[in-house]
Amino acid sequence: MSQPFRLNKEGLINRNKKISFTFNGKKLFGYEGDTIASALIANGIHLVGRSFKYHRPRGFFGAGVEEPNAKLQVEFNGHSEPNVNATEMELVEGLSATSQNCWPSVNFDVGAINNFLKMFFPAGFYYKTFMWPKSFWYKIYEPFIRKAAGLGVASIEKDKERYEHKFEYCDLLVTGSGPSGLASAYAAAKNGAKVILAEDKPRFGGTLLTDDVSIDNLSGKDWAEKIITELKSMPNVTVKNRSQVFGYYDHNMLVMFERVSDHLEKKSKFTPRQRLWYIRAKETILSTGSIERPIVFGNNDTPGIFLSAAAKEYMKVYGVLVGKKPLIFTNNDSAYETALEFKKNNVEPIILDTREEHSSELIDEAKSKGIDIRFSHGVIVANGYKKVKSAKIGKLNKDKNSFEKIETIECDCICVSGFWTPSVHLASQSGNKLKYEEKIDAFIPDKKKQHETSVGAANGSFTLEESLKHGFENGSNLSAKITETKTEISIPNVNEKKYGAHDKFWCMPLPKNENPKRFVDFQNDVSVSDIEIALREGYRSIEHVKRYTTLGMATDQGRTSNLNGLQLVSNIENKIVPEVGHTTFRPPFTPITIGTIVGREVGMEYMPTRKTPMHEWHEKNNAVFVDAGAWKRPRYYKQGNETLFEASKREAKNVRENVGICDVTTLGKIDIKGPDAAEFLNRVYTNAWMKLPVGKARYGLMLREDGIVMDDGTTTRISENHYHMTTTTAQAANILSHLEYYLQIVWPELNVNVVSTTEQWAGAAIAGPKSRDMLSKLYPDLDVSNDALPFMGYREAEFFGVPSRIFRISFSGELAYEINVKSDHGMFMWEKMMEVGKEFGNQPYGTEALSTLRIEMGHVAGPELDGRTIPSDVSLNGLVSKKKDFIGKNSLGREAFNVESRQKIVGLIPIDRKSSIPEGSHIVQDQNAKLPNPKLGHVSSSCWSVENNNPFSLAIMKDGKNMIGKKFFAVSPLKNKSIEVEVISSHYVDPEGKRVRS
Amino acid sequence: MLYIKCPYCGLRAQKEFSYGGDATVKRPNINEEVSSEDWDKFVYMRKSPRGKHVELWQHIAGCRQWIKVQRDTATHEIFQTAKVTEEIR
Repeated sequence: MSQPFRLNKEGLINRNKKISFTFNGKKLFGYEGDTIASALIANGIHLVGRSFKYHRPRGFFGAGVEEPNAKLQVEFNGHSEPNVNATEMELVEGLSATSQNCWPSVNFDVGAINNFLKMFFPAGFYYKTFMWPKSFWYKIYEPFIRKAAGLGVASIEKDKERYEHKFEYCDLLVTGSGPSGLASAYAAAKNGAKVILAEDKPRFGGTLLTDDVSIDNLSGKDWAEKIITELKSMPNVTVKNRSQVFGYYDHNMLVMFERVSDHLEKKSKFTPRQRLWYIRAKETILSTGSIERPIVFGNNDTPGIFLSAAAKEYMKVYGVLVGKKPLIFTNNDSAYETALEFKKNNVEPIILDTREEHSSELIDEAKSKGIDIRFSHGVIVANGYKKVKSAKIGKLNKDKNSFEKIETIECDCICVSGFWTPSVHLASQSGNKLKYEEKIDAFIPDKKKQHETSVGAANGSFTLEESLKHGFENGSNLSAKITETKTEISIPNVNEKKYGAHDKFWCMPLPKNENPKRFVDFQNDVSVSDIEIALREGYRSIEHVKRYTTLGMATDQGRTSNLNGLQLVSNIENKIVPEVGHTTFRPPFTPITIGTIVGREVGMEYMPTRKTPMHEWHEKNNAVFVDAGAWKRPRYYKQGNETLFEASKREAKNVRENVGICDVTTLGKIDIKGPDAAEFLNRVYTNAWMKLPVGKARYGLMLREDGIVMDDGTTTRISENHYHMTTTTAQAANILSHLEYYLQIVWPELNVNVVSTTEQWAGAAIAGPKSRDMLSKLYPDLDVSNDALPFMGYREAEFFGVPSRIFRISFSGELAYEINVKSDHGMFMWEKMMEVGKEFGNQPYGTEALSTLRIEMGHVAGPELDGRTIPSDVSLNGLVSKKKDFIGKNSLGREAFNVESRQKIVGLIPIDRKSSIPEGSHIVQDQNAKLPNPKLGHVSSSCWSVENNNPFSLAIMKDGKNMIGKKFFAVSPLKNKSIEVEVISSHYVDPEGKRVRS
Repeated sequence: MLYIKCPYCGLRAQKEFSYGGDATVKRPNINEEVSSEDWDKFVYMRKSPRGKHVELWQHIAGCRQWIKVQRDTATHEIFQTAKVTEEIR
C-alpha cells in the first residue's frame, strides 16, 4: 500500500482520505484531491499508453490541459469514457482506468512493430499507400487503420446522466484564476460589476499555487485564497472552478464547460454531470496564462520526460515526485524553480542549461544550494524504452550546432523547459489577429475585434508584478465603463524572483550517424523528419503542413507542439516565424462531452410533443400514432390483430359507406381581422375573395412569388371583417410568417391583423354519406339540410351547450363537416360524437385512411405540393384568377411553366389490379432500357382504393393527361419492384364531386 | 450566436430570430404592370456582398415583428437595427 513517490508533507491533497482505484486491473490508492495522473505517478507508474501511429510507450508529460499523451479509458459511476485526460480527471472512489491504443497490453503491445518499421510510416504514408485499389478503402484499409490508430472506445450504452445548459449574462467574464485573473475579477467586483470568474482546475490560483512568491506578505497560495474568499462573499460575483471557457463566439458570447459532479462520491438525483454555460459578457478578461513548451531532442517522448513546470506542480500541489534522479533541461530560469523544489525535498537534480555560464537571482540561489548546473549543455537523446533510464548529454559548441563533449548520465526523469507560450486560443477565436512577439518567441494578441482583453501571461507578461498590475488596471477600467463607479485599489507589494533572459533555443542537434526520433507533436506522433518530408514534398502553407503531417491536430490542438513546429518550418524555409504564420485556433479549447453539447434535449425532450385535446381518448382506443411535425396524430385505430393496411382499409371503407370522425385539430388556424382582410386574402390567394359572403368558406391556393404552390386550405368568413384561415399542419408556422411579412413590410397600408389560433380550437371532421344524419342528432335544433347548410357553408351553434363552429368542408371527398370547439371542450365533443354516432356506424379514422380517401378522390396534398409544382401541374388552374393580381402571379407566365410536356398530375393503376405501387417509384417507358433510363415522372402518393378495391396512385408525369390510357412501368429500385401501370385520370372516385354537394 | 437588438424588445439572442434575406428588395406594386425582367430581378436576383448588408430578420420567438438589421456578412458585426418602416443608412 505504500506510494514510493509520495512526499511526506507537501501538497494540497487531503491525506486523511484515501481513495482506491484500479489501473489496468491493478488495485492502487491515492488521496482525495489527486488526479489520476498524480496518483499513478505517486505509485511509480509512468507507462500509461501507446502513441497514435508508432505505438511507442508514452507516459505523462504535463499536469493539466497541456497533456498530449495520457488519455485513458475511464470507468466510474457506471460510465465508460474514452480519451479522458489523466492529468485533469480527479480521482474518485472505485474508478477504473485502462490504457488505450494498445493490444494485448500497454506493456506488450503488438502494434509497437510500427515503431521498428517507422521508416515505412513517414508523413503522408496513409495518403500515399492506400490509394488503390479504390474498393479496398472501405472494406480493408479504413477499418484496419481505424483499429490500429484508434484512441479509446466510445460506449454504446445510453448515457443515463443529466446534462444541462445555462444561459448567463455578465459585465465581465474572467477566464482563469491566476494572479492576473484574480486581480481583474477583484477590481471589477469592487466597482460593482457583475463578474463571472471561471477556473478550469479544481483549485483557484493558477501559478500562485506553485510559484515561490509573496504578495502583501502572504504566500501566493494564501493571497489567492483570501481574494477568492472575498469574491465568493460578494453578491455580484459568480466564482466557478472546474469550469473551462472553451469557445469565443460572435458578439461576445463565450461557452463554458463545467464539470459539476464527476468528482463527487454522492450526488442527488437532479445534480447534472456537466453543464454548458452560454455566457454573454459585455467585456471579457482573458487570463488564460501560458503553457510551457518543450525543447526537441532524441526520444523526447519516453515516459519519465515531463515539462518542468508540471514536475513542480506534482510536487507542490500533489506532493508527488516525478523522479528521484531528475535531469532538468532548460533554456531559461523558470526551470530552476523546479530544481530548487526538488532540492527542498531532498532530491538532487542536475541542471542542463543551454545558455552559457552567467548569473541571475535564481541561478545564484541554485548555485548556493549546491545544485549541479552544467551550462551550454543539453539532452541529446533519452535512453530507456518504457521509462527513462539515462540520457546522452552533450556540451554545445558556441554556435550550438555541434558538441564539444558527449557523455551518458543516469537519471529517472527529465524535466524540460523551452520557455513559455501564451494561451492565445480564446483571443484568436474572438477574431483577434495575433502578432509575433520576438522577445518571447511566441504569438500574443494584437488588435481586438470583440470586447476582449488579454492580461498577464496570456498577453506575454511573465512577471507577477506586471500580471497583477495589468489585472487590476484592466479589471478596474473595463468595469468602470459599465458600472460608472471606480473604487480605488492599491496594487499590492510583490516579492518574486527576477528571471534572466531566456535562450532562443528549441531543438537539440544530433551527433553524426545518430537518428533517433525527435517528436514535435506527441499526440499525433509527428517528428522533425515528418515535417521535413512535408516541406521537401512541396507543402508550404503551414495549414497544409498541418493537414499533411497532422501536426497540431486532435484533442490537444498542438498546445505543446505548435510553436516548435513553426520554428522548424521557418528554419527549413529560411523564413522568420511570423512569415510562416500560425494555424487557426478553433473551439473547443479542450475536448468536451457530446452529452454536454446535447444538454437536456434528448429523448422526449428532444423536441416538444404536441398533443390534441383528444389524445387520451386515442390512446385508450388503441390508436397508433404518427408524427406530424411536433404533433402526434392517430395513424389508425388498431382492432385485434389488424395490420396498418387492414385497419386503414376498414376505416376508409366505413367513411365511404357510413360515417367516420377524424381528429383535425392539428390543422393550422389563423385568425384574420380588419377592414382590409378581404383585400389581403385576395392578394394572398390565387382565387377571388372579394365577394365571399359572411357565413361561407372557400378553398384557396397560395403561391410563393416564384409561382410555386406554397399551401392550400379553406378560409371562412366568420363576420364582416373576420376570417378564419386554415393551413396544412406542416406549413402552419411558415404561413403565419409569410402573412406577417406581407402585412408588415410589403403592404403596411392594409389594416389587417393576423394571429395563430391553432391551439385555441379542437377540430373533428365528420365524413361519410351518413354524416348529415349524425350532424342532425348532434344539433337537434339546427336545420342541417342541404339548402340551409350547403357545401362550403358555415354556421355557429351550440354543441350540447358548448359554443361551436360548423364548417361544411371536405377533405375526404365525401359529404362532410368539420366541427370546431374551444380546445377545453375537445374531449367532450369527441366523446359525444362517438356516443351519438353509434347508430350510424360511426368509427374514428386516422391519417392513413384520410390519405386513402383524399388520394382516390385526386385531392392533392404535401406529396404533390412538394415545392416544385405550379397550380396547373396539379389541376388547380381553375383556382387561378385571370382578373386580379396576387402573390406569384407574374411568375406563372414563365416559359418553363407553360410547356405542354411539363410534368403534371395523373392517376395510375396497376395492370394486374393487385400490386401496390411504392411511393417514390420512377415512371419509365421500358423497364429494361439501358441506364440512364429516361424518367417520365414519379409516383407521389399511393393507396388501396377502397371504392374500387385495387391499388391506385397519384403521379406527377410528363405530358400529364395526354398520357391517359397509355401503359408504363413504375420502377422502385429501393423496393426492387417494377410494376406495369396504366395512366388514368387523377380523379378516380366521384370525378364530378357530387358527393360533397349532396 | 449573434446578439440582435430588436427595436421593440431590446437585445436578444439569435435563436429567437429567423432570417429573412435582403431588406433592400422592393416588391413591385400589386396590380401594376411589371416587365418580366424587373419581375425576375425581384424574385431571383440577390447581391451577396462581403461586408455591410441590410437584411430582414423576424423576431419569431418574441414580438413577431420583422426588423431590419445592418450586418457585416464577413465579421457578423451588427451596426444598426431598425423597424421595417425606418431607414438604415
